[in-house]
Amino acid sequence: MEASDSHPPQGAMALGGRAVRLGRHVANHNAVILLLPVGLGIILIGAVDSSLSDQLRWLLALVGWAAAFLGFRAIGRLKWGNGFEPGLWLAIGWVAIVVLAAVFADFLPLAEALDTVKALTEPSRKRPELFSRHPLGTDNQGLDILGGVIYGARISLQVSLLAVTVGILVGGIAGTVAGYFRGIPDIIFGFITDSLLAFPPLVLLLAVVAAINPTVWTISLALALLGIPTMGRLARANTLTFAQREFVLAARSLGASRRRVIFWELIPNVFRPLLSYAFLIVAVLIVAEASLSFLNVGISRPTPTWGNMIAAGEGKVKEHPHMVFIPGIVMFVTVYSINRIGDAARRRWDPREASL
Amino acid sequence: MADTQTLHSGLAGDKAPLLEVEGLKTYFRTNRGILKAVDGISFTIDAGKTLGIVGESGSGKSVTVRSIMNLLPPAVTINAGGSVLHKGQSIRSLGKAQAKHFWGVEMAMIFQDPMTSLNPVMRIGRQISAGLRFHLGLSRREARQRSLELLDVVGVPEAERRLDEYPHQLSGGMRQRVTIAIALACQPGLLIADEPTTALDVTVQKQILDLLGHLQEEQGMGMILITHDLGVVAGRTEEVAVMYAGRIVEFADTQTLFADMRHPYTEALFESIPKIEHPSHTRLRAIAGRPPDLVDPPGHCAFAARCRHAQPRCLEEAPQLRHSDDPGHSFACYFPVGTPEGEEALAVNIARGATSAGLLLGDYDAKVVG
Amino acid sequence: MAGTGNAHLRPDDQALLRVEDLVVEFPLGRGKKVHAVSGISLDVLPGETLGLVGESGCGKSTTARAIMSLPRPTSGSVTFDGLCLTELDGEALRRTRTQLQMIFQDPISSLNPTRKVSDIVREGLTIWGRRGSGDSDDQVNSVLESVGLDPAVVGDRRPQQFSGGQCQRICIARALLLDPKVLICDEPVSALDVSVQAQILNLLQDMKERYGLTLVFIAHDLAVVKNVSDRVCVMYLGKICEVAPPDALYEAPYHPYTHALLVSIPQPDPRIPITSEALQGDLPSPVDPPSGCRFRTRCSRAQDRCVVEEPEIREVDTGRFVACHFPLEPGEVPVTWIPGPVTEGTG
Repeated sequence: MEASDSHPPQGAMALGGRAVRLGRHVANHNAVILLLPVGLGIILIGAVDSSLSDQLRWLLALVGWAAAFLGFRAIGRLKWGNGFEPGLWLAIGWVAIVVLAAVFADFLPLAEALDTVKALTEPSRKRPELFSRHPLGTDNQGLDILGGVIYGARISLQVSLLAVTVGILVGGIAGTVAGYFRGIPDIIFGFITDSLLAFPPLVLLLAVVAAINPTVWTISLALALLGIPTMGRLARANTLTFAQREFVLAARSLGASRRRVIFWELIPNVFRPLLSYAFLIVAVLIVAEASLSFLNVGISRPTPTWGNMIAAGEGKVKEHPHMVFIPGIVMFVTVYSINRIGDAARRRWDPREASL
Repeated sequence: MADTQTLHSGLAGDKAPLLEVEGLKTYFRTNRGILKAVDGISFTIDAGKTLGIVGESGSGKSVTVRSIMNLLPPAVTINAGGSVLHKGQSIRSLGKAQAKHFWGVEMAMIFQDPMTSLNPVMRIGRQISAGLRFHLGLSRREARQRSLELLDVVGVPEAERRLDEYPHQLSGGMRQRVTIAIALACQPGLLIADEPTTALDVTVQKQILDLLGHLQEEQGMGMILITHDLGVVAGRTEEVAVMYAGRIVEFADTQTLFADMRHPYTEALFESIPKIEHPSHTRLRAIAGRPPDLVDPPGHCAFAARCRHAQPRCLEEAPQLRHSDDPGHSFACYFPVGTPEGEEALAVNIARGATSAGLLLGDYDAKVVG
Repeated sequence: MAGTGNAHLRPDDQALLRVEDLVVEFPLGRGKKVHAVSGISLDVLPGETLGLVGESGCGKSTTARAIMSLPRPTSGSVTFDGLCLTELDGEALRRTRTQLQMIFQDPISSLNPTRKVSDIVREGLTIWGRRGSGDSDDQVNSVLESVGLDPAVVGDRRPQQFSGGQCQRICIARALLLDPKVLICDEPVSALDVSVQAQILNLLQDMKERYGLTLVFIAHDLAVVKNVSDRVCVMYLGKICEVAPPDALYEAPYHPYTHALLVSIPQPDPRIPITSEALQGDLPSPVDPPSGCRFRTRCSRAQDRCVVEEPEIREVDTGRFVACHFPLEPGEVPVTWIPGPVTEGTG
């Protein structure tokens, strides 16, 4: 797709035309790969050099990220062909970093983020400064924000993964049984799920948390209540589809008992799309947990969660924006990445979208 | 280099033919590469005549007509060449305003599955009158009146009641009649029927095919009838094109095709069908193997791997359509059935026990000579 | 048109599979029922192929599943090899069921997409705990080979990677692994391409001979049914119209519906004129089938008697049974095809 080369016309228009041709030529040329290190360099400069104005630093960050992204995409396409999705891989990378950081938080060289007593000596409401002791700044009690974000990630992941697991197991099996046997089990199942879904989710959560002491376990179970009916409905719908397929009939004719049919024929097929939706539910539950702790009805300070960190910085957004924006951005990017991965998983495993 | 020739039966009058397709090529972009679904098709249809296109799945028969009707998804379709002329004028270069009142008025199409070709949430009457009101500008009352007439013509009883019903309230045969009514609403000059009866029972199939034949005669329409069933084209078409792997491998008028098959695929297809007149337990002669992969088509004859006549030449270059002494009968084969070269090729292969493409021939395949 | 009547059944001790007065009804709510099968009797001798032919809605697939008790029929008896299947329950039923296997119309849908082919074929052995024995692998490989597939190539793959014809072969292999006596084929080739149909039909014939099977072959394509069967039953709206040997049935049908089916077949021979007679009208609803003879609403020969009295199956000629008050006379029907010479390959 090289632009055809006519003899160079004169004037400003000619200059513009040549710039466009050059741009197209460059964009399709493998030299774009160079943009990756160039972009990373620009980002670094913008982040580190505090002598530049704030606006300039933001601009450099933007340009740097864009260049790095293009370079990354070019490398990926070169190596793995045109199906390479840089966004998906960035999402996977980010989630991997978050998960690893959360798991190994205790071993990371973080400043004090949990104990307010130990943090008394630290400066409070400090602005973020990379390569210092508090790279992302501190909150109003001197607790390190980077550490807070990482420990908060741990809470978010624990709660949402636990809730999703319970949701899939309980909801998935209940839905499959209801869908396969129909009749009375289906009626009971329908009644329970309709009731649970009829509650506005936040009200349901508030009610549950008011009744019990909010810890990681109890919040997880409360959130699972949100996940069970959705997963159950999904499992039931998929079971209805799969139970009609002849391979189930074939299994019966080979002498399989009903129990064997459910566990060996239906559940492997039904659980695949459930697992792909699990990603999306995890994302939703992270936001749900953050909402709870933002409202101070979830896990409360000093244990840091993304929600209560945002709540803590809420009053002073103008003077100390970092206290709100940093946990907010981290949550945004994490939830977005999980959604992105979930989309890709769904495309691969949902029987309606995958070609069989 | 033109690798096809326009096929014309010689029955033409002096005006431009109704539809003239020349060298049509349609490719698709897939994950694995470019899929050459249709690779050089040419044919002509005159008003009032019926052309049958016979082929199995993957032959490109549906893609051909959808390409003509411009119904393929633009994102993945590559119109790699060829022209489609309607009464001498190119369809491809129709302006937007012209195209608006071309599709459905000059050419219309009916599809295989009447359940999915009708809108399940719209009443029958509205679906029929939609075209009438858009193309012909009829008022609602006029359109309803005309819809009633159309339902009568296609043989739907209690038409008045049916107009207000939904598709799921009708049987398969009735639904197909409704799709025919919709297609005929603006009296098109050409009707394309893409496997119109494959999803229907055999008694209903006969009703629908009879209806199509009758309507065609009455309205002087041209018709393209696509099917995989050789029985359907016999007796209902004037000319037949047999397609395989995106190309026409044999073209003749119907009587000639059945009386004097030349291409080994046509013959093999014919012989693999169980016939009513044969006694029970007649062994069928199946075609071994499967159709070729169109993403990476062999550069030689696409049927060679499954053909009993295959010789080394068949594995080198693809044969072009050529005709024998009858200019209306063309076939793309170097060793056609019923010719000295063909018989010799077959005899050589049988004696050897295998074709040049490695297909094993048992004594079951040995033809009774003489 | 009857359904009631056992005149066409052969002596009790001869038949391998015997179905008597089978009734299958599905409740629709509000007191309505779908009368899918309304009193069918059939029998199959060992080594015979029984062809069951009819159009959609006639109840042939329902009959097949009812024979396997999947689900159990509303009433009637199914006797297999002396055992009454309809009276068995639980494990005894499941065990006996393995001797009657079934292959279905949609081959791809008949295979579990999450399993490997070798596991799918082996499933019968796995269910009955015979998997541990070392030669289960050998058995799987040998049955795959006998259906024309290379076990080394297909064993580890999933069904999505195969074509319709190959999937149908896998289904046949799976069915044959348990060494059944009866194989019920429910429209096994309808969803396949024409050229592949012939491959599968030949394969079924080969398997029948090799494994000594008895087949029940269900289809809507008459030419296919005629080709494979030793005896043909024509069904309409849950009842049997006619039972006869295939050649005789097609040369001289007695029942008007059989005749209508025959004239509707598109013949691949342009010399044969297309008859103007065609079966008019639509299939009546199985929720509210016509009284008396169910075919009377579309029959050109229907009289008053057909409205009130349901015809019983009776023998009208040696081996010819029909359920009709006014059956066709042989020779009354013009021959609608030109019988060709017997071609090569008859066997």
